[in-house]
Amino acid sequence: MTRRLTWALPPALLLAAAFLYPLALVVRQSFRPDTGGTSLQPYTDVLGSVAFREALWTTVWLALAATACCLVLGFFLALVIAFVPFPGAKAVARFVDVFLSFPSFLITLALLFLYGTVGMANGLWTEVTGAASGPFRFLTTPWGILLAEVTYFTPFVMRPLLAAFSQLDTAQVEVAASLGARPGQIVGRVILPEALPALAAGGGLVLVLCLNEFGIVLFTGAKGVTTLPMLVYSKAILESEYPGACVVAVVNVLVSVGLYGLYRVVSRRAGA
Amino acid sequence: MTGIRFERVSVAYDGTTVLDALDLTVEPGEVMALLGPSGSGKTTALRAVAGFVRPASGRVFLGGRDVTGLPPHRRGIGMVVQQYALFPHMRVADNVAFGLRAQKVPRREIPARVAEALEMTGMGEYGRRYPRELSGGQQQRVAIARALAVRPGVLLLDEPLSALDARLRSGMLAELARLHRELPDVTILYVTHDQVEALTLADRIAVMDRARLQDVGTPRELYRAPRTEFTASFVGNANLLPVTVGSTGVAFDGVELQVDTQGVAKGAAATLCVRPHLVGLGPGPNRLAGVVGEIQWRGATHRLYVDVGGHRVMADVRELRRPPAPGEAVEMHFAPEDAVLLAAGVSRD
Repeated sequence: MTRRLTWALPPALLLAAAFLYPLALVVRQSFRPDTGGTSLQPYTDVLGSVAFREALWTTVWLALAATACCLVLGFFLALVIAFVPFPGAKAVARFVDVFLSFPSFLITLALLFLYGTVGMANGLWTEVTGAASGPFRFLTTPWGILLAEVTYFTPFVMRPLLAAFSQLDTAQVEVAASLGARPGQIVGRVILPEALPALAAGGGLVLVLCLNEFGIVLFTGAKGVTTLPMLVYSKAILESEYPGACVVAVVNVLVSVGLYGLYRVVSRRAGA
Repeated sequence: MTGIRFERVSVAYDGTTVLDALDLTVEPGEVMALLGPSGSGKTTALRAVAGFVRPASGRVFLGGRDVTGLPPHRRGIGMVVQQYALFPHMRVADNVAFGLRAQKVPRREIPARVAEALEMTGMGEYGRRYPRELSGGQQQRVAIARALAVRPGVLLLDEPLSALDARLRSGMLAELARLHRELPDVTILYVTHDQVEALTLADRIAVMDRARLQDVGTPRELYRAPRTEFTASFVGNANLLPVTVGSTGVAFDGVELQVDTQGVAKGAAATLCVRPHLVGLGPGPNRLAGVVGEIQWRGATHRLYVDVGGHRVMADVRELRRPPAPGEAVEMHFAPEDAVLLAAGVSRD
């Protein structure tokens, strides 16, 4: 027993020092208004502000929408890669792995080159039509962030799906076809139900990552779009309003943990 | 009533021919076993009927209709595979109902059809279970019920008993025979590498080897009068002895043996096929003298491996009270009518 404790102690201490202690500091700071003392004042201030509520709403709907799009797109793409034999399917599957290692802002940067105000699409437009500026401005709107998040996070859904599809017995698909099921019926009634755990895993991961995404939102330069992580950044770094920033951070953590917990419960119910 | 007809069907993967110009007709209501070792093309032939492989050339007919270009879901077949391939997320009843729902059978008819199919396979009590709650044999019964529920004209069985242990296998073999008696209109194509399954179940056996059809016939024909060495050794055990054809018999290792030489040219080299259980110990007509190499006790029988002039001859005899020891000289014999002479050149093309 004591020996086990000896082994457990170093990682526990490391975890406490590196993660829990700073987190505790953030939580403590969120109860310390600039006026001194300990109170709920920062919470009532922040939670009551329109800026916060808008950021919370933007964060949640962007994350939910991005997750939904990633699930649909990821399922479709994984389906094609796994079940439609085409030359290079293996290479594409490999690329999905590599894609996961890219930093998120890289995708945003690439989209800026394409659709940014001075990007290729607008450049082509101004060249062809002679207009002063191009029509593509969505990148600085929530839709631009959505596009970037879906582009970046879809592979996170595809990875577990491809693993699940490779486990699926192709004989099931063949037997289903022999029994008279069309391709659409096979996808809906055989493949999709068996892929649900993988979809839940990928979706849960993407949801949490999207809630906390900072790089993509910052790099699109969407000034009107504020998410919780952006709010923390602007409060802490730009306004030096630490208690408020910490409040938002605590809320962000709670939303993440809460949604993750909900996802665990749901996916366990689903038999994952 | 639906028959199956292969018309010079060839299938190739990446330039390798896995099925070479198969010509075969399965009569409506017939059980045809495709028997052969792995890589013989038997499964490919079945998959061509199901529509999972597209022939490079040739045509496949089901009930007189050319289905070569038809997708699997429009062929009206039932299929059972080695590993059951039940849908793990569906209860047994839903597995069986799958084909009925896919084929848009009226909703109110489905429960009765499902119950009927499950009863037929003795699984009536298990509709509420999930596949993972069943044993291998039970899962295979459900798979058979699922295939039969759609009332297919043609049932394709791809090594359906290979995943079961020996005792279950013989039980299921009897079950399949009973099912076929109850459903005499269903044409069955049964792929197997197991000669016992083929001999027991099939009306006719198509013996396949190296992408080619080697021989077709009733089990009795193939067993009693195989036309090739491959058939002789794959359908039942066989002693294959190299002989030279004489005027009234053949010469084996300098010994004259009396056998029917009809149809084989005098002086030609040929192969003499004698089943081990038709070889007797002791003196008699068509005497073979040799030295026991090995002897195996198999309960009801003894299997002797006897060296006769450098050739190994197998004999299955009723359990011996005092079996000979290895190294002991023995005499064996067989009746002239129990031997089949295979002309050389027929054996392996």
